[in-house]
Amino acid sequence: MDSAAPAGYAPWVLTNTHDPGFRVERIDRSDGGAELRFAGQLRFRQCFASWQNVRRLARPGSGPLAFDLSGVDTLDGAATALLLDLRDEVVAGGGAAEIVGAHGGVRAMLDLYGSHPSRPSLQPKPAPIGILDEIGREVHGLVNETRDLDFVGDVVVAGAKAVRAPRSVNWRDVPRLMERAGADSVPIVLVINFLVGLVTGFQAAVQLKQFGANIFVADLVGLSVTRELAPLMTAIIVAGRSGAAFSAELGTMRVSEEIDALRTLGLDPFTFLVFPRVVTLVLVLPLLTVLGDLIGIAGGLLVALLGLDITTNAYLLETQKAVGLWDVFSGCLKTLFFGLGIALIACQRGLAAGGGAQGVGRATTSAVVTSLFAIVVVDALFTVLFHAFGH
Amino acid sequence: MIAVEHLTVGYGDTVVLENVDFTVARGDVFAILGGSGSGKSTLLRHLIGLEDPMGGTIRIAGAPPPRGGAPTFGVLFQSGALFGSMTLAENVALPLATWTNLDAHAIDTIVRSKLRLVGLEGFENHFPAELSGGMKKRAGIARALALDPPLLYLDEPSAGLDPITSAELDDLIATLNTSLGMTTVIVTHELRSIFAIVRHCIMVDRAARGIIARGEPAALRDGSDDPHVRAFFNPRSRAA
Repeated sequence: MDSAAPAGYAPWVLTNTHDPGFRVERIDRSDGGAELRFAGQLRFRQCFASWQNVRRLARPGSGPLAFDLSGVDTLDGAATALLLDLRDEVVAGGGAAEIVGAHGGVRAMLDLYGSHPSRPSLQPKPAPIGILDEIGREVHGLVNETRDLDFVGDVVVAGAKAVRAPRSVNWRDVPRLMERAGADSVPIVLVINFLVGLVTGFQAAVQLKQFGANIFVADLVGLSVTRELAPLMTAIIVAGRSGAAFSAELGTMRVSEEIDALRTLGLDPFTFLVFPRVVTLVLVLPLLTVLGDLIGIAGGLLVALLGLDITTNAYLLETQKAVGLWDVFSGCLKTLFFGLGIALIACQRGLAAGGGAQGVGRATTSAVVTSLFAIVVVDALFTVLFHAFGH
Repeated sequence: MIAVEHLTVGYGDTVVLENVDFTVARGDVFAILGGSGSGKSTLLRHLIGLEDPMGGTIRIAGAPPPRGGAPTFGVLFQSGALFGSMTLAENVALPLATWTNLDAHAIDTIVRSKLRLVGLEGFENHFPAELSGGMKKRAGIARALALDPPLLYLDEPSAGLDPITSAELDDLIATLNTSLGMTTVIVTHELRSIFAIVRHCIMVDRAARGIIARGEPAALRDGSDDPHVRAFFNPRSRAA
């Protein structure tokens, strides 16, 4: 780009060397006025690089400033917006400015963009949120979350209705949901629980080997897997997989008016959608946990076979001695409540979704995070309860 | 058929329309008109019982809109709102299976007849995702008609459709009204549909927070003094 600042009345000239078709010159007249003569093709892509220099050329003098476009062949939308803005800026600064000489398509562009009177924004630009505001919003959000308890009440009412009239429940969906939440989850439940059993066995082996207590790896793996790890890991997998799916599905149904359509058909979303999902997870989670127990113990067995010179028979016998029926049962008992919690949270978040795809995404994220939190809280409660009752 | 008196509607604490009064005669094709954001869909949600009014009453054949129980009207939602996990036949069969004691064969027969009525026979086993926008709306009408309701609500039936499909849908709505005597309430802003099928209408406006015109569409187009009504019915003259 070349720019010259000659003395006297000689023009200030601005050309874009990358686009020789674009040229601006300033002519200062003896009466104090000035002309900005644009020539060539004013396209945004070509002129934006030199626009700051054009703005400098447009500094107001003592008289009016004319933007002469008689030499302009082409003017695109963005360049028109910049040009009109520049004129308004001069006027707002107390100067006088007008656009002259436009013709043909250039005139049409100016008319198109200049015909809509500008008006201020209807609401101010969102201000950055301060930390106190953020804390306040979070607290307000938590208080609002207590309204979600309405949902639990609705589910209880729907449950009572389902007991009185079992035909009102959409049982037809239960096998399909069980397949999706149960059978389809089996591979990932097996892999994760096997690895958890393996890691637990390995960590135990490192410590117990020092005391020559290799065989107790079976006790440690068996007890920790059946009482804690398999129920917890399986619930986490189901929350991430089925809880998210339920929430996204119901959220999508809500934003696409399917929930409204259900209501207008006289169907209750709780008995039609929520109840089958609750039943599904309450049934499926204990079954998956039993599989998790078995494969977790197998993970520990692998460590024992490869690293501790313990035979399969010895390992299994020790596991049988250490792990009682209560250990397996207590783990499964917890998962009934995990399943109930995951399904209720996922359905509540889904049915409360709003605001299109973004709302569904938020609902799904919230469903998974809240479910994980609920799982840990319920697990802690059960641990305390079992301890209190001597188990 | 429908009597609305002093109705105030909105969401949260925001009043959208207030003091709305109108009646819809049995067998009429009645339209709720208005520009985007004028509150016509909000009004419809109250008419079909999805929202509680802030004030006033809605009576359908003398009773408030039902909450639960067998539906007394059919609704076509803007997107069709078909259940994505079900085939078309299952969608149409759902209200029949829920609210009647018909056997599977009878339900199947009715489902096929409803789909034939809307020109979708042969698509029984298609899922909604496999259909075009116009087909989804026609399937939505078939589901809305499943229980042979005396009243049909249609939320912007022509929105997003090409002119040919839109005209076909208008023909279907007009046929349903003339052949079955079904009272039809349409929420729309499609001028072509309005003049093709609507007999009476009201126009709502967000700024006025109420009804700004009522009557026959042609009379409003030719005789209204309200600038919003004139602009709505004569968009070209506004542009000029």
